[in-house]
Amino acid sequence: MRLTVREALLSFRRAPVLSALAVTTIGFALFVFGLFGLVAVNLRSTLGEIEERVEIVMYLTRGTPVEVVTVAIGDIQAFPEVELVDYVTEDQALERARRELVEFQGVYEDLTANPLPASLEIRLREGHRDSRSARAVAERLSGFRFVEDVRYGRDWVEKLDRLRDIAGVVGLVIGAGFAAAALMIIATTIRMTVLARSREIHIMRLVGATDGFIRRPFLLDGALKGAMGGMLAVALCYGAYVLVSRGLFRASFFTAEQTLLFLLLGTVLGFAASALSVNRHLPRV
Amino acid sequence: MIRLNKVFKAFPKGSMALKDVSLHVAKGEFVFLTGHSGAGKSTVLRLIYADDLPTSGTVRVSGFSTASLKRRDIPRLRRRLGIVFQDFRLLEDRTAEENVAFALEVTGTRRSVIGPKVMRVLTQVGLATKANAYPHELSGGEQQRVAIARALVNDPLVLLADEPTGNLDERATRGVYQLLKDINATGTAVLLATHDLDLVRQASCRTVELQEGAVVYDSKDDQPAAREPA
Repeated sequence: MRLTVREALLSFRRAPVLSALAVTTIGFALFVFGLFGLVAVNLRSTLGEIEERVEIVMYLTRGTPVEVVTVAIGDIQAFPEVELVDYVTEDQALERARRELVEFQGVYEDLTANPLPASLEIRLREGHRDSRSARAVAERLSGFRFVEDVRYGRDWVEKLDRLRDIAGVVGLVIGAGFAAAALMIIATTIRMTVLARSREIHIMRLVGATDGFIRRPFLLDGALKGAMGGMLAVALCYGAYVLVSRGLFRASFFTAEQTLLFLLLGTVLGFAASALSVNRHLPRV
Repeated sequence: MIRLNKVFKAFPKGSMALKDVSLHVAKGEFVFLTGHSGAGKSTVLRLIYADDLPTSGTVRVSGFSTASLKRRDIPRLRRRLGIVFQDFRLLEDRTAEENVAFALEVTGTRRSVIGPKVMRVLTQVGLATKANAYPHELSGGEQQRVAIARALVNDPLVLLADEPTGNLDERATRGVYQLLKDINATGTAVLLATHDLDLVRQASCRTVELQEGAVVYDSKDDQPAAREPA
């Protein structure tokens, strides 16, 4: 084990430029991947905030008795998707309009009769704040006899959904592309190390080292380079995050688990790449 | 301990490197394998340390047989052998001591065992005082001694030496030969491939001569075998 670790570390000392180049390239490949990850993380938290506001408004026919509305609230509250039902009376609606629509204050002042209908504002539970659930609930609500209209901002809810889907697909594609690039870079550096150490490998074989033993330092070397590349990428991502947070808008960074996952990704990439390379080139040395 | 039985080995192009070679090396024996370059000496050694397999016939080495040899057996087979080459094959960036220790490290020997064992073989080859020297700081003869120490450190049953004195002057050659004789005296068999006939004549050891891939003489039989037409 000691020898494995020593040999793996020695490869950095024997070929410092090549090693640094490998770590840097992996670092930058993962950095671009990480940047996308940051965009995804922030997009998701933004989408989450917007989704918080996804609600259904059900306008009631003028003169619907309060008792009927109360029963209906009970029924709607029992829907599995529904978190909260808020009853806004005609007077409250007018009050709110006067408060919020300052530009039209004069119009509302002069009114003798209230033109605004009463409504039920329905908030959906987390996990149901998407266009499909909203549409399903809206359809069920339309079944009530005293319903004038049901609105849930269908267009933008659906657009949000689509945006998130696209973000997911693009993330996967870019991620896979960069993972492949990083894989190839590590595989190449390991191949060069294998060739550079062919004399040593030959001697190891002559004195009876097993293939597994010969392979181990290379695998550790690859994993180490991957982990270091991962660290570099996290550092670069953090730099980018600080820059954006200071200059543009309040962004969020990876959680501790996500950061760890990122380092693990680098390590696994490095390990897999060197395994591929060693399996391919060792028998030829 | 080493037994080649009716071994044929074809070159990739089709010509024969070895033709019907049968050879037995007993425990503790010292055998010269002689012949011109290209006679097949190195091929015999390579078949013994399983760097290559015979085209037909079998090679048996210390309980392993090429007839049933698996890839994972090769390291175990080689740990019973010590191999020395003309070009020493030392790691230039390591000291004499580290070169010898390397052979133990890669076979998973415990650290506490390595140090004393390395010093013991370095003393045996007369290089205890140069343990910390790098190969480029040593003479050819000394480098070959380091290589022999590395071959010895795993306590091999046989030492295979492929032209070990080929790069050495006469004095160093005599020294290395004497060292190999001393090693043989402790019970390790030695199979020494060389085309240095002076060395062979001086020694009174069993000599096997190869010519164009066939055994043409074995002093054990004390009479020339049927020579193939040249």
